[in-house]
Amino acid sequence: MTDLLYWQALNRAMHIELAEDDSVFTLGEDVALYGGTYRVTEGLLAKYGEWRVRDTPISENSFTGLGVGAAMLGLRPVVEIMTINFALLAMDAIVNMAAKIPFMSGGQFPMPLTIRMPGGIARQLGAQHSQRLEVMFMNVPGLRIVVPSTPQDAYWQLRQAIRSDDPILVLEHELLYFQKGVVDETAIAPPLHQAQIRRAGRDLTCITYSRMSTVAQEAAAVLASEGIEMEVIDLRSLSPIDWESCVQSVSRTHHCLIVEEDCRFAGTGAEFCATLQEFCFYQLDAPIQRVAALDLPTPFNGALEAATIPAKENVVQAARKLMGLNQGVSQ
Amino acid sequence: MDSNLMQAMLRDMLRARAFEEAAAQGYAQGQIAGFLHLYPGEEAVAVGVLHAAEPGDYVVSTYREHVHALVRGISARSIMAELHGKKTGVSSGMGGSMHLFDRERRFLGGYAIVGETFPIALGAGYAVGYRKLPEAVICFFGDGAVNQGTFHETLNMAALWKLPILFVCENNHYQIGTEIHRHSAVVDVYRRACAYGIPAEQEDGMDVLAVYAAAQRALHRVRSGDGPQFLELTTYRYRGHSMSDPGSYRPEAEVKAYEAADPIAAAIHEVSLQYPSQSELAAAGHDCIRQFFDRCCQDGHIDDAALQRLQSEVQSEIDDAVQFAIQSPQPTMEDAQAAFTQNRRFETLV
Repeated sequence: MTDLLYWQALNRAMHIELAEDDSVFTLGEDVALYGGTYRVTEGLLAKYGEWRVRDTPISENSFTGLGVGAAMLGLRPVVEIMTINFALLAMDAIVNMAAKIPFMSGGQFPMPLTIRMPGGIARQLGAQHSQRLEVMFMNVPGLRIVVPSTPQDAYWQLRQAIRSDDPILVLEHELLYFQKGVVDETAIAPPLHQAQIRRAGRDLTCITYSRMSTVAQEAAAVLASEGIEMEVIDLRSLSPIDWESCVQSVSRTHHCLIVEEDCRFAGTGAEFCATLQEFCFYQLDAPIQRVAALDLPTPFNGALEAATIPAKENVVQAARKLMGLNQGVSQ
Repeated sequence: MDSNLMQAMLRDMLRARAFEEAAAQGYAQGQIAGFLHLYPGEEAVAVGVLHAAEPGDYVVSTYREHVHALVRGISARSIMAELHGKKTGVSSGMGGSMHLFDRERRFLGGYAIVGETFPIALGAGYAVGYRKLPEAVICFFGDGAVNQGTFHETLNMAALWKLPILFVCENNHYQIGTEIHRHSAVVDVYRRACAYGIPAEQEDGMDVLAVYAAAQRALHRVRSGDGPQFLELTTYRYRGHSMSDPGSYRPEAEVKAYEAADPIAAAIHEVSLQYPSQSELAAAGHDCIRQFFDRCCQDGHIDDAALQRLQSEVQSEIDDAVQFAIQSPQPTMEDAQAAFTQNRRFETLV
C-alpha cells in the first residue's frame, strides 16, 4: 500500500502492463520523449523503446485508427489522446471503426484497444479545452467507458482495460491527476464496471462519477452535520452501467439525486434518470433530481467557469430540497 | 510468363466478372438489398496485385471489395451469402456487401467510410513492423479517398516509421459522380506519395500483367525493409458507383472506349491465339490490347476450347454460390448478440 497521485497510479499501471505483456504498446502526442503532458507515460520510453512507446504526429484520427488496426492483429494498443476535446478529430476511428469492427466481422476480430483521454473542466482552459463529451460515446454500442475517480481505481481500471478484448475508453479527469490516494497493488480489483459506494447513507442516494464523486462526498459531509445521511455511489463506469447497485440503494433510501459535471440537456444524468425511474418508480418518494452543469460553453473567466459546473453547495442545496419536499420541512 | 499463373489470373478475372454480374442480377431481383458497389472493369487491379501477394500478407479494402475477397481465397459461397445477409456469410450476416472480413485469410475488412483503409493498414503495418515479420500489408483505396485527411496522415506516419505497407490506388477517375479533374488539384495521384518520400509509380490498371509486375516489384521492396511503396493503377468501372447510380454523368463515348480496353478481354487475348483479329484490335485503338495480342501471338497458353471449359466452370461456381446464398438460413437476434459479446465472454463486467 502506497500513497500515489492519480497520474502516478496510471503511470504505475502502464509500467506493469508493458512489462508483463509484450503485445502492449502506447502511442500519442508527446507520450515518449516528453513523458506525457500529465506525466502518465513518464519513464516508459527509456525502459521499453520507441516501438512500444511512440510519439506521434498531430494526426488524431489516423493514430487512433492505427490502434484499431494494430489491435486487429493482436497487439494491445494504449492510445493517448491528449485531451478528450481532440477526440472529436478521431471520432471516425473510435465510432465507425473500433466500435463496429468486432461486430461487423461477425465476432471474428477482437478489439483490445484502450484509449486514454483527460477531460472535464480544469482551470480556465477556455471553452474548447473544457468539455465533458462522455455522453457522446455512451450512445455508441460497442464502446465501453470507465471514469476512475481515485488513484486506486485509476490503477485498477487502466490495467483491466488494457487486458480486455473490447475497445475501452478511459476518461481521466484533469483536476484529479494531482489528487493523492492509497493504492494497494496486492488487493483484488472489483469488476471493471462495478459501481462503488463511497459513503453509506440511509436518507438519499447520490449517483455520480469521476470528479463529481469527490464533490458529492464533500457535500455528504455537510449534510451529515445537518442530520441528512446521503449515500454516494460512484458509478466508475458509464458503459455499461451497474444498475443493480443503483437500484439497491434507491430502494433503501427512496430518494435519488444525480450529480454530473456534463451539461444538463441530454447529459449522462438524463440516461440515469430515465432508466432508474423504469426500475424503481414505485420505490421513490420524490421525483429524481439532477444537479448538472449549465448548458453553456465554458467561459474563460474563472468565477464564471466555476459557476458553470456543480459545486458542493449546489449538491447540498439540491439534497435538502429533495428531502424537504418529501418530509414537508421548510427550507 | 508462367502458363499456370496466366491461367490462374484469367480464371480469377472471369470469376470476378461472373460474381459481380450475378450480384447485380440478385440485386435487380430483390434478393440482395442495401448498397451494392460493383467492380466490373477494374478486375486487372485486384487480380494483378493479389496474385503478387503472399498468403501471410494482410489486405485492407474498401466498400467495393467483393473481388478482392474472392481473389484472396474467400469462397464465392460465403461472400454471396454475406451479400444476402445470411448466417453463412463470411461476416455472419452482420457486415454485408461493404464489410467482408476474414480473419483466417488475413482479410482485414471492407470499409464504407472513404479513407478508413489508411489507418487500418497503418496499424497492421505497425504491428508487423514491431514484430519484425516478413509480411506486407496491402491497402486498397480509390482516387476519391486521397483527399481525406487520413491519406496524408497515414502516408506521413508510414514513411516516418518505414512500415511495410503497399498503398494501391484504384484510380477509376470518379468519386461517385465527380470526375478527378473536378476533385483533385493534382490528378496524378502517385505524385502525392512523393511528397512523403514514398516511392510511387503509375501503371496501366487495365493491363493485368503490368499490374502484376508492378505489384511484385513493390512488394519485394516492402519485404526488403524499404518502407512503404505506392502504386497508382489507372482503371475504369463500367457500372455506376453503386446499383442505385445510373452513372449518367459519364459520356457514353468514354465508357465505350474503356470497355474496348476491357482487361478481361485483354487477358483472353493474352492466352488465346484466335481472338480477336488484328483489325478488331486496331479498331479498339488501345495500346495495351495490341501489346497483349502481340505477346499472345508469340506464345499461346490456352486454346479456345480450354477457354470455353474455364468459362463454364466459373459460371457453375457462381451459380452454386447464388443457390447456396438463397438457401442459407437467416441469422437470429441471438446470433447478433453473440457476435456483439464474443470478445467479452470471459470477463465479468459488473
